[in-house]
Amino acid sequence: MANYSTNEFRNGLKVMLDGEPCSILDNEFVKPGKGQAFNRVRLRNLNSGRVWERTFKSGESLEGADVIDQNMEYLYNDGEFYHFMDPDSFEQFQADLKAVGDASNWLKEQDVCTVTLYNGAPLSVTPPNFVELEIVETDPGVKGDTAQGGTKPAYLSTGAVVKVPLFLSVGEVIKVDTRTGEYQNRVKS
Amino acid sequence: MSDWRPTAEFSALRRRAQLLSSVRALFATRGVLEVETPLLASAPVTDPNIEAITTVAPDGDALMYLQTSPEFAMKRLLAAGSGPIYQICKAFRRGERGRRHNPEFTMLEWYRPGLSMAELMDEVAAIVGLAVGPLSVKHHTYQHVFELHCGLNPHSASLDELKACAHSHMDIHFDTDDRDTWLQLLMSSVIEPALDRESLSFVCDFPSEQAALAKTFVNPGGVELAARFEAFYAGMELANGYNELTDAAELVRRIRQDHSRRTDNDQVLPPIDRHLLKAMASLPACVGVAVGFDRLSMLACKAERIDEVIAFPLERA
Repeated sequence: MANYSTNEFRNGLKVMLDGEPCSILDNEFVKPGKGQAFNRVRLRNLNSGRVWERTFKSGESLEGADVIDQNMEYLYNDGEFYHFMDPDSFEQFQADLKAVGDASNWLKEQDVCTVTLYNGAPLSVTPPNFVELEIVETDPGVKGDTAQGGTKPAYLSTGAVVKVPLFLSVGEVIKVDTRTGEYQNRVKS
Repeated sequence: MSDWRPTAEFSALRRRAQLLSSVRALFATRGVLEVETPLLASAPVTDPNIEAITTVAPDGDALMYLQTSPEFAMKRLLAAGSGPIYQICKAFRRGERGRRHNPEFTMLEWYRPGLSMAELMDEVAAIVGLAVGPLSVKHHTYQHVFELHCGLNPHSASLDELKACAHSHMDIHFDTDDRDTWLQLLMSSVIEPALDRESLSFVCDFPSEQAALAKTFVNPGGVELAARFEAFYAGMELANGYNELTDAAELVRRIRQDHSRRTDNDQVLPPIDRHLLKAMASLPACVGVAVGFDRLSMLACKAERIDEVIAFPLERA
């Protein structure tokens, strides 16, 4: 992989630090009018999810990490692994629960997710920003109550629990923002 | 967001323009002459921490340099008998881009023959006051701020003590036996953010290794110090002031020192400004200071990023 110097550190650049693949979150250039320049860099360790802050001398470099983000279709879960497919090459990838993480709450078959590959293996999975999922369990809907602010928990087909307005019933499909886990609207079928 | 549009709001550009005219008015009432010197220069500064942007001479194939500060040319004017002068000009520094840096930036630099460092600091405070209004001023020595915020004496601490202090404050990727690098890291990462954000803080009497083009002197404790100050406000470095070196032989010694550090770091060796060397013999005793005008504008506009006070930063240039 190529080496990247501190002045090439951009948000989202993937580099190796202490043997771990990391994504750069923030790169602050610190330089006195007279004197040595430094870079204060925040990175997310893509294995552990932990955020590191590390100070470099400007001009130092890090090796790039073989990490790529790829759009993939979610196929199924076999009980142990989640299976994804590259829609262009039809190549299939399996990701364990550690890689899928909280994205497991939102994975619906045939939805296209972003799978982050490290050395060709799934490292993490990012679901689409919005998913449409069916309510499988909730208290009975209250008719006519479309304006009041009350909410109730609803269990969705993926196992996620989302707060929804009182008027919704089992079998209805709703749109959820996966970044916040919040209900957006009912989807007319 | 369209790339052709300015990154600064027009309200910020208007405030910036007001600040420019109030700075010019202040110098006019004090009898300081506004001057202009070449941006395209035959020799850049030799400071190993500043890299000039190189170009080709318009009348041949010799290398020329976009100036990194108007210091050398302004000193030639002083040597020629200009009296007190100031300049508001663009300066260029390769690789300097960040929240508070753009490789092309505006410098306000002035020189005052016959004034003391204390009088120059008062004048810096008056200029900063144009941007932020009435302000309180604090004076510290370099040694004092290190004792206060790092618990060590910067002039006598060992290399290991400096390293240990830096490592206790942050996670560091590099190692070096250069004391100066550790002092500078502590200054910019520990002390600068800890200075009172509501006051203009002057830090003076730097280690002689950081003298650049300032005179040095020996304090009562026998430590050689540089007659230099830096000014900070709102956690940001604003100004660098010197009691200017007037000794040509000492200037040559410092340029050699810069060159040997540049050689050690595999950096290019820029040519020496021979005009300056010749002029040094006539340079009057003077104090001088450079203020980042964009940063002054940031204070006036309460901006967090330099991009908020310049129309078109590097990426939109």
